[in-house]
Amino acid sequence: MNTGIRTEGLRKVYASPAPMGGGRRGGASRAGHEVVALDGLTLEVRAGEIFGLLGPNGAGKSTTVGILTTRVRPTAGEAWVGEFNVWQRRVDVKRLIGVVPQRPNLDFALTAREILTFHGAYFGMSGRERAARADALLDRFKLSDRAHQLPLGFSGGMMQRLSIARAMMHDPAVLFLDEPSAGLDPQTRLLLSEIVREYNSRGKTILLTTHNMEEADSLCDRVAIVDHGRTIALGTPQELKQAIPGGFVLRLQFNQVPDPLLDALRRLPGVTEARPGAEGQVDLYADRGGPLIPAVVAAAAETRATVHDVHISEPSLENLFLHHTGRSLRE
Amino acid sequence: MNFRTFVAMLGRDAHVARRNAFSLAFQTFLQPMMFVFIFGRVMTSSGFMPDSYKALLLPGIIAISMVMSGMWAVTMPLVAEFQFTREIEDRLLAPMELEWLAVEKVVAGMIQALVAGLVVIPTAWVVMGDVALSADHLVYFAVLMVLVALLAASFGLALGCTVDQQQIGLMFSLVVAPMIFFGCTYYPWQALDGFPILQRLVLINPMVYASEGFRSALVPDFPHLGAGVVLVGLVGFDTALMALGLRQFRRRALT
Repeated sequence: MNTGIRTEGLRKVYASPAPMGGGRRGGASRAGHEVVALDGLTLEVRAGEIFGLLGPNGAGKSTTVGILTTRVRPTAGEAWVGEFNVWQRRVDVKRLIGVVPQRPNLDFALTAREILTFHGAYFGMSGRERAARADALLDRFKLSDRAHQLPLGFSGGMMQRLSIARAMMHDPAVLFLDEPSAGLDPQTRLLLSEIVREYNSRGKTILLTTHNMEEADSLCDRVAIVDHGRTIALGTPQELKQAIPGGFVLRLQFNQVPDPLLDALRRLPGVTEARPGAEGQVDLYADRGGPLIPAVVAAAAETRATVHDVHISEPSLENLFLHHTGRSLRE
Repeated sequence: MNFRTFVAMLGRDAHVARRNAFSLAFQTFLQPMMFVFIFGRVMTSSGFMPDSYKALLLPGIIAISMVMSGMWAVTMPLVAEFQFTREIEDRLLAPMELEWLAVEKVVAGMIQALVAGLVVIPTAWVVMGDVALSADHLVYFAVLMVLVALLAASFGLALGCTVDQQQIGLMFSLVVAPMIFFGCTYYPWQALDGFPILQRLVLINPMVYASEGFRSALVPDFPHLGAGVVLVGLVGFDTALMALGLRQFRRRALT
């Protein structure tokens, strides 16, 4: 079955404390502390693709997942999973999706295996089907030896693996993974991407959020870069990286940046853009990295400026984000 | 509503309750049983209390046990699951309307309250010795059991979706203790004749209708509120608390 995802002009405004806050609602504070989490987000995730939402913390990634998984009510705009409008047809949507939340929410009253079998029961699976699938998933996620333990003593990585196994238990057409690799060791990360690709190869649609550009780069068919609740770039990782003027970014730190220096930098070979930042900082977009440095130093010397620091980054989604927002993804 | 999902969730709660049966039983019965032993056995056999106090006390003890066990069965897991472990999220994502999950919690709480009520009667009997109970109003008693169980569970739902986890201690002293002591559990409502303002005031306490109701069904020779007042009170509180609980549940479940 092929199921895509679509959103149109999705907007979400939280009144003061925000999600799961449980809420103090004073009239004044409500007006005073509105937080715009999503500001007209429009997206289309094609059936059967691995789609990444890349952005810094607070960009609106989790809110998007919250709305698409029926848990957050959009302030305006609409969203569809498959043919179903998410807010109006919540039960139909819930049948189609599996969700891995950012923070583990395992049922601590049940053992690892029971977590899977009861989840299967909620989705109407038969007893035999549940047992077989639970055992297969525990094995695939290397949790078989923990099957009969309560997850309270599990490590973060084990909880995350169990969360993903649970989300796959009812074999949903669409899988949502909110920051799936946050806090995982490299080995588990590898296992995770292997499993995600494997699941996707069966025609399943996968939407994952991340602020890790390597992950987005290696795993996703297409990526949307979001910031302040809006999409600022969309395409395959390759397309996006090529979209950065020059590809390389040299972040230069001078003691001062007189105008002649800026002009000189712009005239250097292979430089497409020189953007002055705050306090003597200049971002140089160019088609080469290291070979430019002697010329940069020379240009500085000519205008009586000094180079204090140089940082070269190769073409990456990180640079794309930097190009669009002037900020690093990690900030 | 999706019946299979609903039953699976009841199955989950039953499974967890079975696993915790021992601590659950202690939590529910220890306090009322100690009370029954001291006031129903020690005080009466030593002559400080008349023997008839046993029969007066038993309906109140049934009410306390039912309301407390049904309420805790719903409130405590909800507070923890919504705010601390968030483990309820998996069930909120099950293919069923959210409200049915709240109803499922209430049904599970009602079952625990009914079991508590039915276990307390023979246990109290054994602890206190012979108590003269009337079997003339069994149907009325059965109706009361169901209404009180619903009262307990819907109160638990409303409370569990309203209080913050830091306020649980406060809830004990502010809600639970006054509810028990001003709930006509250890004395009949008529005993408050000398305190007319308090006597009117305690009518906002749903526990009053539970204990007075059981008194009128099991020991009708003692003073008690009329069946009409009891039924109106219980149905009214059941409806109001259920409506409030569902509203609060929705608020917690959706942002």
